[in-house]
Amino acid sequence: MRVTITVNGEQRVADDVWAGESLLYVLRERLGLPGSKNACEQGECGSCTVYLDGVTCCACLVAAGQADGRSVDTVEGLSHHAGEGELHPVQQAFVETGAVQCGFCTPGLLVATHDLLARDPDPDDSEIREALAGNLCRCTGYEKIIEAVHLAARRMR
Amino acid sequence: MTGTTETTGTTRVGAPGGVGESPLRPDGILKVTGEFAYGSDLWMDDMLWGVTLRSPHPSARILKVDITEALRTAGVFAVLTHDDVPGQKHFGLEHQDQPVLAVDVVRYQGEPVALVAADHPETARQAAKKIVVDYEVLEPVVDARKALLPDAPQLHPHGNLVRHVRIRTGDPHPSAEVVVSGDYEVGMQDQAFLGPESGLAVPDGTGGVDLYVATQWLHVDQRQVCAALGLGPDRVRLRLAGVGGAFGGREDLSMHVHGCLLALHTGKPVKMVYNREESFFGHVHRHPASMHYEYGADRDGRLVYARATIHLDGGAYASSTPAVVGNAGTMGLGPYEIPNIHVDCYGAYTNNPPCGAMRGFGSVQTAFAVEAIMDKLAEAVGLDPVEIRVRNGFHEGSTAPTGQVIDSAAPVAELVQRLRAMPLPPDDGGELDLRRLPGGVANTTHGEGVRRGVGYAVAYKNVAFSEGFDDYSTARVRLAVVGHEPVVTVHTAAAEVGQGLVTVEQQICRTELEVERVVVAPKDTQVGSAGSSSASRQTYVTGGAVRAACQSVRRTVLARAAQRLGVDAATLRLAGDAVVDDLGAVAVTLADLLGTDEVEDTVEWRHRPTYPIDPETGQGNAHVQYAFAAHRAVVDVDVELGLVKVVELACTQDVGKAVNPSAVVGQIQGGSTQGMGLALMEEIQIVAGRITNPSFTDYLIPTILDTPPMPIEVLEYADPHAPYGLRGVGEAPTISSGPAVAAAIRAATGLDLRRVPIRPEDVTGTR
Repeated sequence: MRVTITVNGEQRVADDVWAGESLLYVLRERLGLPGSKNACEQGECGSCTVYLDGVTCCACLVAAGQADGRSVDTVEGLSHHAGEGELHPVQQAFVETGAVQCGFCTPGLLVATHDLLARDPDPDDSEIREALAGNLCRCTGYEKIIEAVHLAARRMR
Repeated sequence: MTGTTETTGTTRVGAPGGVGESPLRPDGILKVTGEFAYGSDLWMDDMLWGVTLRSPHPSARILKVDITEALRTAGVFAVLTHDDVPGQKHFGLEHQDQPVLAVDVVRYQGEPVALVAADHPETARQAAKKIVVDYEVLEPVVDARKALLPDAPQLHPHGNLVRHVRIRTGDPHPSAEVVVSGDYEVGMQDQAFLGPESGLAVPDGTGGVDLYVATQWLHVDQRQVCAALGLGPDRVRLRLAGVGGAFGGREDLSMHVHGCLLALHTGKPVKMVYNREESFFGHVHRHPASMHYEYGADRDGRLVYARATIHLDGGAYASSTPAVVGNAGTMGLGPYEIPNIHVDCYGAYTNNPPCGAMRGFGSVQTAFAVEAIMDKLAEAVGLDPVEIRVRNGFHEGSTAPTGQVIDSAAPVAELVQRLRAMPLPPDDGGELDLRRLPGGVANTTHGEGVRRGVGYAVAYKNVAFSEGFDDYSTARVRLAVVGHEPVVTVHTAAAEVGQGLVTVEQQICRTELEVERVVVAPKDTQVGSAGSSSASRQTYVTGGAVRAACQSVRRTVLARAAQRLGVDAATLRLAGDAVVDDLGAVAVTLADLLGTDEVEDTVEWRHRPTYPIDPETGQGNAHVQYAFAAHRAVVDVDVELGLVKVVELACTQDVGKAVNPSAVVGQIQGGSTQGMGLALMEEIQIVAGRITNPSFTDYLIPTILDTPPMPIEVLEYADPHAPYGLRGVGEAPTISSGPAVAAAIRAATGLDLRRVPIRPEDVTGTR
């Protein structure tokens, strides 16, 4: 089947999509956007978190056909509104605080943090923990991720 | 020297971003923009997808394999079995006992039996289902102790014992005024790195292959892949793909040979990516342990003797079990001075999933037993948990159970005393916040039935490879002037697995060569081996190699300048884009001196040698260096429901020298969290040799809600034998955090909990 999705503001078409393919597979393998990660493919780890029509979801749990005609925003689109060669403040804060080690969880956490700060520009630690509880990280123990969220929030206010 | 997590006020040597600072990691921007290419992100035109057919049985004979229907499937390019392995049919890190593809028997559930390559991953999966394997199912051996009994079925030609380590010192029949003992068990933990096993094998058109793979040690992989393919190292080139975490789980081969076989067979690039379920079957796990410990002491709590019997379940193949047994045996009594010792540590083959390397490597399991016994002893003699550790802890000059004298800092007493001095978190007496209570937002308690407990534990870990292993690394460093600016290129094969080694390589070059711009070359087998990104060793060993290569390049440059200027090289040094004299004045610019020349050297570097242990007594200078860490855990336990909330997990660790203070803290926080996970929730559950929870739905790792604040004090007592005085960092905190959490739960509940992970039913007594 043919699937048409507006990805990071640009209309994209994927042909010959098998009905069992997920949105994550189409993004990664058909549209050249491997930033969203495939760590569990059952919605437990949050590494594939993307916006679907402005609402965060796990791209692995969305059938590609369900995304047809809709709008998807991924980690690759986060810095679109930053200046040329610049990062979004959330991305910049993750790099600066050491919240990135292996980095496999990072794209999902960035999208989830982006979403959190859009809803709540000044979350406290408990609110951050609750908002990011769907994103597993195996390297950092989360402390520097919390630091990164606070730093990004300060800079975005 | 002590007490800080950030380096301040130190005199800078070398260019900005050198040793002791925390510059940004060079791969950070790619990782936050989604452009960093992990193994699973690789892609080529005309690429095929490979999948693995695995045994559903933990023990069976293979009577027949029929691939006819699978081969007929449209879109399938190859179906391979052991018949298609052209070289050695078995591989392994220490013993070559594991089939590339099963030959006549399978010894664990998940053992690879056949491979399929197809133009779509789903086509390959469907075709694999059409492979017909006739099995004669056998009764699996599932208990490590029973596997060593004389009447157990023998799983390998040389029997079921992988290794037995004995430690014997002092009086063989000691007695003591106070004796404590207990039996302890540790469940099977998974590394649960987030990036599943993955890689891309690309045939070169002349019978060779390039393999891009996520791994921990390119050269040990290359050696094994070459043997299986029957090709020389010039025909099998490995390059590190982006690695999504490792923690020991990528020391053994996964898709390496399989991908290459399919690529060479089809003449097309082949990508293999395990999904999470397959990942649980596709790598080794932490050895489950059952341990009997008995410690004797005098009435003042000074240890007189220790007896321990440790059984580690190695599963179906040896992997790194011999070395894990070595660690658990030689270091399994904790960082305590004990004059009379009797230890037996066994690793056994069973039909359970193969076990091998995981962060902490044998020391994690024994620490749960040792630290519980030390708390028991403290109670028996009326001391508190800190005082018993202060009284018995190693210090510089102590003798380890192997007879090795510890010849650098061993600040056990200071580590626990500093923890005790750290402020305790306040009781949550104020506003009700479910997120801070056991059970969290599940709203299972409003504080009723909740008891607080505090527990301490201390750990030590050998850094780098032990027991006489030739443990070296290779570094190639090049200095050139590009557009009037000096640029250093550093090339090693050391795997960046997330820990930040690429940053450390840059920092060392900046410090040694005074050049700010340092390029880290891609990690591949075009340079000599760096050894494994394991055993907390890369900053020490590859760091040592990079430093030595830089020093060699510096000597060459200064000698050349000295010759040109007609002065003594000893009066010159490097400074940014120039060679300067002893007054700091520019003697010659690097652009003038080098022109278009490059100065390059490649150095193989070794830490001081280690030695095998005596097979009868376990005596010998087996280890290079020890790392020390301690934890204090504060927990709230809902004793009615058995739910635990870790309120705070404080750590003190001696790192010798914090080469990158931010990364050091990151290692401690991440390691502490993994240790806590084993104490509370992480266990691969096995029933009759079968994994019942191979998913992130059922195998739980700590989320951000489960993980507490982690205050840290980093000590820097230089090890005079190590580069910059540094100590390996990554593993020690994984060892002491779990035992501290277990101790805190015992303190909260009054229960003698002897098994981890501690399940709710262990707390409520309803099991």
